[in-house]
Amino acid sequence: MTKKPTKSTISRRSFVAGTTAGAAVLATTSIGFPRMARAEDTVKIGLIHPVTGFLAFPGAQLRYGSELAIADINAAGGVKSMGGAKLEALLGDSQTKPQIGAAEVEKMHEAGVHAFSGCYQSAVGIAASAAAAKYNIPFSIDVGVSDTLVTRGLENVFRMMDGYGRIAKDAATNLGLINKAAGSPAKTVVIVHEESLFGTGTAKLMGDYLPEQGLEVVEVIKHANPTRNFDNIALRIKSMNPDIVMPINYPGEYVLLARTLRQQRVDFAASYSVLGGGFNFKFVQEMTDLAENMIDVNHWYDPNSAFGQELRRRVEADGKFFTMEIYTAYNSIRLLHDAFERAATTAPEAVNAALASSTMDPLFMPYGPTRMVNGQNMGSRAVAIQAQNGDVQLISPTEFASAEAVFPRPKV
Amino acid sequence: MLDEFMLLGMMPAAVVNGLMFGAIYALVALGLTLIYGVLHIINFAHGALLMLAMYAAFYLFRHFGIDPYFAIVFVVPASFVLGYALYRWGIGKLAHGKDENILLVTLGLAIVIENAAIFFFTADQQTITLSYSYDTVDLGFVFLSLPKVISFFASLFICLLLWLLISKTDLGRAIRAVAKERQGARLVGIDVEHIFAATYGIGIACLGAAGCLLLPSFYVDPFTGNIFVLVAFTIVVLGGMGSIVGALVGGFIIGVTESVGGLILGESLGQIGISLIFILILVLRPTGLFGAKS
Repeated sequence: MTKKPTKSTISRRSFVAGTTAGAAVLATTSIGFPRMARAEDTVKIGLIHPVTGFLAFPGAQLRYGSELAIADINAAGGVKSMGGAKLEALLGDSQTKPQIGAAEVEKMHEAGVHAFSGCYQSAVGIAASAAAAKYNIPFSIDVGVSDTLVTRGLENVFRMMDGYGRIAKDAATNLGLINKAAGSPAKTVVIVHEESLFGTGTAKLMGDYLPEQGLEVVEVIKHANPTRNFDNIALRIKSMNPDIVMPINYPGEYVLLARTLRQQRVDFAASYSVLGGGFNFKFVQEMTDLAENMIDVNHWYDPNSAFGQELRRRVEADGKFFTMEIYTAYNSIRLLHDAFERAATTAPEAVNAALASSTMDPLFMPYGPTRMVNGQNMGSRAVAIQAQNGDVQLISPTEFASAEAVFPRPKV
Repeated sequence: MLDEFMLLGMMPAAVVNGLMFGAIYALVALGLTLIYGVLHIINFAHGALLMLAMYAAFYLFRHFGIDPYFAIVFVVPASFVLGYALYRWGIGKLAHGKDENILLVTLGLAIVIENAAIFFFTADQQTITLSYSYDTVDLGFVFLSLPKVISFFASLFICLLLWLLISKTDLGRAIRAVAKERQGARLVGIDVEHIFAATYGIGIACLGAAGCLLLPSFYVDPFTGNIFVLVAFTIVVLGGMGSIVGALVGGFIIGVTESVGGLILGESLGQIGISLIFILILVLRPTGLFGAKS
């Protein structure tokens, strides 16, 4: 026996009316009013980093540094002006692609994000922060060196670290000082850079600034990401016989280039990288012999800061390397927290205004006082660091220095 | 800037460097072409399995101090067993006899392996330094790194062994029979499923060797395999699907093209040569240099 279907008692008109009314109730209750109430309970920070793909290591370090800062802030009472609201991380993976980074912004917006921190690659940061600008959501750049990030007139984008414009200037100035102090033994430079916005932009600026320091750029070599074999590049460098080799590239290629230069017995006064992706404690401790006396210009913690020393101890106790990504990410979250604290609300306009007027203590970074101009912190600066005896020493500027520069390096 | 005369002077060194790397490319491509030749599938898990082999060699070195070249003795048999088991009790079963399913299964396998690698090994790039990492062989016009020279000859030797296996042994004859006429092979008593799994295992064993030979010269992270497999796909198309000799010759051609192209056009633009070869071979000779006409 089959049961005869019963006629529905709901007419189309009553269905439409009912669902419309229901939707209106939902919109004003579970989505509307409670949303404001939830905002007082948690402040959602969207973390967008390349945690898969060829930049997964720095991406994972940035995520770790961000989560560490969030945990520390929550342990210290969260956002006190908002009744102790806790920071909550929304995790995103850019997969090294700008369009994915922008898509993560849209997804997190749907999830009620209040601010973003990211993205390591400038191209991803540009796309993601532009997507966030549609909703005026605050976006703190933890790592991203292109100056385009903060020169587009977007009022929601802020950066604690320098862009490559000022980093390149600092790098050239520091190299000039180090060279002069040693009696100016270096006259020529070969720049080796990766092909994206970061490498190309920084290399162009170094080409402009180095002649001001009496250094001639004799060759600029661009390479792909990833590059499997650096033998040809090493041969080119060898044929130019420069005094300085200046790598501007990501971690894997940074180390491969250094190894190949050693294998091809290329001799020079110094490897002086700018934002060298592979120059960190891991490289210096695992490949001590190769790294010895290599110099990098980057954002680095103040080795004389008690907080910096304690943070390094904690990170290393957790089995991680204390790379620059960790402290830039940590400070990026601190910047956002400071703004929420002063704004006492998650309203984007108020938080952006608080970020624009930030005077946050840089704490463990060798920066001056925080001062935002069009979203760029004018108090930040990059420093020169050098691998010495299996450790990393800050060699310039001298007020933060933990050791003197070894320049030119002894013959290998 | 380098002038034409200096570029010309560096050309022999670029060719030799290209041959060195080409041999390793060939080894990666060898597994791919063998699996295609017999199973008629593109193994999308190739890069992920290469990465696993590199991690195996890495951890054998880190925890037991075993030289990556000696680690071949352990990694190659383990890779064969892994490949055999994966096909026999994984890929083959899930595919339900359909080639298109095998493609999807290997793609899914790659995603699972890569994400498991991120979880267990972390995204940290790992590099090893051997006592002879910076030793070189001086050819007069170029210093060749000793690890690359060792890898070059080891790759050639492994290619020779594989060629002997396929052309001179009963297993090789069975593999060739299954590749040519699956139904006929079954009728004469060949266990086709066993041969499929054995072929997949041999292909993955080649990757095991390639992983050990690459580690002294390259870093490993959960995505390293893909860097080499994209090139390997081009080599398989160039050499001819299923051809061992084609994989070797294709590896050398691609290695030299990449190296010389990099020298002339710059390292960034130089890799365009690989793509050009890929397009040209598809247009002019779709079966590849040594591929059988369909």
